[in-house]
Amino acid sequence: MSTHVLADTSVLTGRSLRHILRSPDTIITTAVTPIALMLLFVFVLGGAINTGSGESYVNYLLPGILLITIASGVAYTAYRLFLDMQGGIFERFQSMPIARSSVLWAHVLTSLVANVVCIALVIGVALLLGFRTGATVGAWLAVAGILILFTLALTWIAVIAGLSAKTVDGASGFSYPLIFLPFISSAFVPTDSMPGPVAWFAENQPVTSIVNTIRALFAGQPVDGEIWIALAWLAGILVVAYGFAIVIYRRKVR
Amino acid sequence: MSAAAIAVRGIEKSFADVSVLRGVDLDVQAGSIFALLGSNGAGKTTLVRILSTLLKADAGTASVAGFDVAAAPADVRESISLTGQFAAVDEVLTGRENLVLVAKLRHLQDPGAIADRLLAQFSLVEAGGRRAGTYSGGMRRRLDIAMSLIGDPPVIFLDEPTTGLDPQARLEVWRAITDLARGGTTVLLTTQYLDEAEQLADRIAILHRGTIIQSGTLAELKKLLPPAKVEYVEKQPSLEDVFLALIGETEPPERSGASEGEPS
Repeated sequence: MSTHVLADTSVLTGRSLRHILRSPDTIITTAVTPIALMLLFVFVLGGAINTGSGESYVNYLLPGILLITIASGVAYTAYRLFLDMQGGIFERFQSMPIARSSVLWAHVLTSLVANVVCIALVIGVALLLGFRTGATVGAWLAVAGILILFTLALTWIAVIAGLSAKTVDGASGFSYPLIFLPFISSAFVPTDSMPGPVAWFAENQPVTSIVNTIRALFAGQPVDGEIWIALAWLAGILVVAYGFAIVIYRRKVR
Repeated sequence: MSAAAIAVRGIEKSFADVSVLRGVDLDVQAGSIFALLGSNGAGKTTLVRILSTLLKADAGTASVAGFDVAAAPADVRESISLTGQFAAVDEVLTGRENLVLVAKLRHLQDPGAIADRLLAQFSLVEAGGRRAGTYSGGMRRRLDIAMSLIGDPPVIFLDEPTTGLDPQARLEVWRAITDLARGGTTVLLTTQYLDEAEQLADRIAILHRGTIIQSGTLAELKKLLPPAKVEYVEKQPSLEDVFLALIGETEPPERSGASEGEPS
C-alpha cells in the first residue's frame, strides 16, 4: 500500500488544486488583506514610524506582511479539510485502498502552492510600492526556503484545526492569533520602542527572528545568529504540529 | 459460490456510555442482496462503518470477502466500496472528474474510458461535464453508486441509498442495485423503508436496539406471523344499490356475511 503514497498524493493534490482553480477568490481574498495592510502602513502610518534603519519603510515591513499573508492563507487549508470531513468524501477516501497519509499530504501541498501564488502577488504589489532589494540568488533562495518552512509549519497547525473543529467557523478561527502575532514583533516597528514586558515578548517570539532574518537577507546584510534561532523555531513548530496532527488523524481514522 | 462474503460474529460498539451495537451476528452470501432493516438510530450505519474499516469494534469479529476487518483492513478496502448516507461526491468537480478521481485512486488503467463507460451506464453522459454540485438528488446518488462500481469490488455497502429521493429517482437506484447483484456483486444495503427491503433483498435482517432480532428471506419473515386469516366484513350498500332499490327495478341485492371480524 505504501508504494502508492506518491501516486495517491499527487492525484489528491490535483483534486484540491482544481478546487482552488475553480474558486480563485480564495487566492484573491488571501492576498487582499495583507496588500491592504501594506498600503495602510506605507501610506498612512509609516510616515510616523522611525525604524532607525534608514531604508524605505516598504523594505522594512515586507517580511512581516509576507508572514501575515501565509498566516491568513493557511486558514483555507483548515476550511477545505473540514469540508471534506463533513461532506463524506473523506470517508469514501478512507474506505478505499489508498495510502492514508496521502489525504493529509494532498491538502498540505495544495496549501504550499496556494501560498506561493499569494506571496508572489504580494511581492509584486510591494515592488510597485517601491520595494527594492539587492539580494543575491542565494539570499532569495534562503528567503524562499524560510517562507516554505513557515508555510509548512503553519499548514500543519491548520490541519490540526481542520481535523478537530466542530464548525466551519472553528476550522478557520485558529488563524486570527497567528495573523495578529506579527504585530507584536519587529515586523512593523522596532521592538525597543515597546514597553518592557511587551518588548520582552516581542524579542523572544518566533516572528521577530524570522522577520529579522528575511529583512537582513533582502538588505544583503549578514544574517548572524538570528537565522539559527529562526530555523530552530520553524523546525520545532513544524515537528510538534506535524506530530499532533498525525496523532489526531490516527484517532480520527481508526 | 456459497461462501459468506460477509460474516459478523458478536460485534459490539459503544460511544461514550451509549451502547449502539450489542452483539450483532449475520452472514451474507456471496452475490446476494442483503437488507439491514432498522429505524433511525438502530445502529445500521455504525455496523456499516465497522465493516468498511472506518470504525473499530469494541468486541466481536467481522470478515469481509474473507479478510478480517481488524487484522487486514487494507485487504478489506481492496475488496469493498462504500456509498454513504450523504452522497459522497466532490461537488466542485464534474461528474466525469469524480469518476476519473476514483479510478486513479484505485490505480486502474485508462481512468477516462472507465469514467465514460459509467457515465453511459448511469445515463449521466450529458451531465458528465457539469459540476456535481448542480446535480439533482437522484443524479447525485447515481453518480455516487457509479463511483462505487469502479474497480469492480466484490462487496458493496450502500448506506440508505434512497433516503431523501423522490419516487422516480428511487426506482432508478433500485434498478442499479438489482443490476449489480445480477453481475455477481454482494450488496449489503441498509434501509428504513420496508418496501425497499421487500423489493430488492434476497435476505433481510432486522436490527433493533443493537441486535439482530430476526433474519431470513421475505417468505421466512412472513411465516413468523400467524397465517393469513379470512375476515367477513359487512358490505355497505353502494349508491348504485340505493338507486336501483329506489326506482324498484330489481330487488335489493343480497347482503353477504352479517357478522364482522369472525375468523373462519
